[in-house]
Amino acid sequence: MTKQVPIAEGLFTWPAERPALLASRCKNCGIASFPAAQSCMACSGQDVAVEELPGRGTLWTWTIQQFMPKTPYRSNETAETFKPYGVGYLELPGGVRVEGRLTENDPQKLHIGMEMDVVFAPFRTEENGDEVINFFFQPVA
Amino acid sequence: MDVAIVGIGIHPFGRTPSLTGLQQGAYASRLALQDAGVEWRDIQFAFGGSISAGSADTLVNELGLTGIPFINVANGCATGGSSLISAFNAIKSGQYDIGMVAGFDKHDRGAFNADPKALGIGEWYGEVGMMMTTQFFAMKIQKYMHDYNISTDTLAKVSEKAFINGSKNPNAWRREPISVEEIASSMMVNDPLTKYMFCSPSEGAVSLVLCRADHATRYSNTPVYLKAATMKSRRFGSFEVFAPSQALQQVDGPTVDAAKAAFEMAGVGPGDMDVLQLQDTEVGAEIMHMAENGFCEHGEQEALIQAGATHIGGAMPVNTDGGCLANGEPIGASGLRQVYENVLQLRGQAGEHQVPGDPKLAYTHVYGAPGISAVTILQK
Repeated sequence: MTKQVPIAEGLFTWPAERPALLASRCKNCGIASFPAAQSCMACSGQDVAVEELPGRGTLWTWTIQQFMPKTPYRSNETAETFKPYGVGYLELPGGVRVEGRLTENDPQKLHIGMEMDVVFAPFRTEENGDEVINFFFQPVA
Repeated sequence: MDVAIVGIGIHPFGRTPSLTGLQQGAYASRLALQDAGVEWRDIQFAFGGSISAGSADTLVNELGLTGIPFINVANGCATGGSSLISAFNAIKSGQYDIGMVAGFDKHDRGAFNADPKALGIGEWYGEVGMMMTTQFFAMKIQKYMHDYNISTDTLAKVSEKAFINGSKNPNAWRREPISVEEIASSMMVNDPLTKYMFCSPSEGAVSLVLCRADHATRYSNTPVYLKAATMKSRRFGSFEVFAPSQALQQVDGPTVDAAKAAFEMAGVGPGDMDVLQLQDTEVGAEIMHMAENGFCEHGEQEALIQAGATHIGGAMPVNTDGGCLANGEPIGASGLRQVYENVLQLRGQAGEHQVPGDPKLAYTHVYGAPGISAVTILQK
C-alpha cells in the first residue's frame, strides 16, 4: 500500500487534517523563522516555540526554473520529462516570507502581490513506492 | 602604515584544458613577481584561495619551498577579497614588509551545484530544486524591476556592454560583442534572465604583490595604494541567496554595509570614484549593486544605463574588463581580477579598455553566497 511521507520531518504537520508549515517564534523578540530553528537569528535568543504558519499569503517575488537542476535535485523526472517550475517567496501575514515551489509555471499567470495558498502534494515516488510530500504555493482560485 | 600594490599578474580567464588551476595560479604569480621585480624568495608571506582547484598553499610546490607562512582562505565569492584584507592587515600591523595574494580556480561547465548541508540547510531544499543561485538573482531583480521600474531592455544592455568591454580585453573569455536582440531572445534560464545575462563558471588566476607603502617605489614606478579593504556578512532581514525564509522587515544587505565601511576607511565618497568593478554574476546584480554601493539612487539605473553612463567612456564606467559576464567566474580568482583591472586602469595601462581622464580612485565589489560582500578602494 502506498505510504505518504513528508520530504523532511518538522517542516510541516503531517499527517494532519489541515496540514500547515511549521515555524519557530522567538519568545524574546517575537521574530518567526522557517524552518523551525533552535535559536533566533534576529536576537540570538534560545527560547523559541514552534507554531503553525498561516495557509494563505501574497507572492513577494518569483521566477521560473527553466532547466533541470543537477544534484542535489531529486525528482522522478528525466531530461526528457522535466517540466519548468515556478519558485517564489510567499509573504505569510504575521509570520515570515517562505520560499517554495509554485504549482504555476506560466510567467503570464504570475505577478507580485497575488494571493496564494500553501498546499501539500506528492513531489516524487521512492523506489519502495512511498510518495514524498512537499509544500507548494498555488494561486487562489 | 599604508599598503601598496606593486606587482600584478594574471592568467587569461576562460578555458585552458592544458593547465591545471594550480599551474594557472603559478603562471599569474610569476608574472606578479616579475612585475614587482622581485624573486619568490623575497616574499615573506602569502594568502590565497581556490574553491575547486586544490589548496592554494600547494603553489609553493610550483614556486619554490622557501618556508614562508602561506595561509589558505576559503570564503566563497569573497575569497580574493578576504585574502587581500588579510594581507593588508599583515602589512599594516608592521609584521611583514612584502607579501603575495593569490587566487585561482578551475570549475566544471554548467551552473554550480551547491551542497545544502555545507551551508546548514536541510537536504529537502536541494531535493526540491531551490539550491540554485540563479533563482535568487532572478527573484531579486524581478522584485527590483517591479519596485523601481527597470526594463528588460536595460537588462540586455548590461550584457551588451560587458561583451563590448570583453572584446577589448585580451585576458577576457568572451571576446565577441553580442547584440541586445540576441541577448534578449536567447534561452530563458530563470525569468526574467536569459542565458546571455548570466556569467558562467570558468578558469583563471590572479596574483598580486603587496608591500608597505614607504617601500613601494623600490618595486614600482607606478605604485597603487590600497586605501580600504572591507568584508561583511549578512545581517538579519537582508534578502540573501539560499534562504528558505526571509524576515518580513528588510534591512540593507552586506554590500551596503561593506561599501559604507570602505568609504569610511578610505575617507572618500562614491562620487570620488573614477572606475568601478561591481559583482555582475548576472545583469540584475550589476544594476542593483550600482545603487547598493552608493553610486546612484534606486531606480536611477534605468536612465543611466540607457544613456550609456556605465560604458568605458561614460560618467560611471562599470566593469571595464568585461566583468564576470565576459570573464566567467573562477571563484577564487574573481575578486582579485577586479583589483588587477583597477591597478591597470590607475597605471594607465589598460589599453583598449582604458577609461579616459587619468583616473585616480577605483572601486571593487564582490557579492556571493551565503550573503557576503567585500569591497576595495585603490588610489594612485
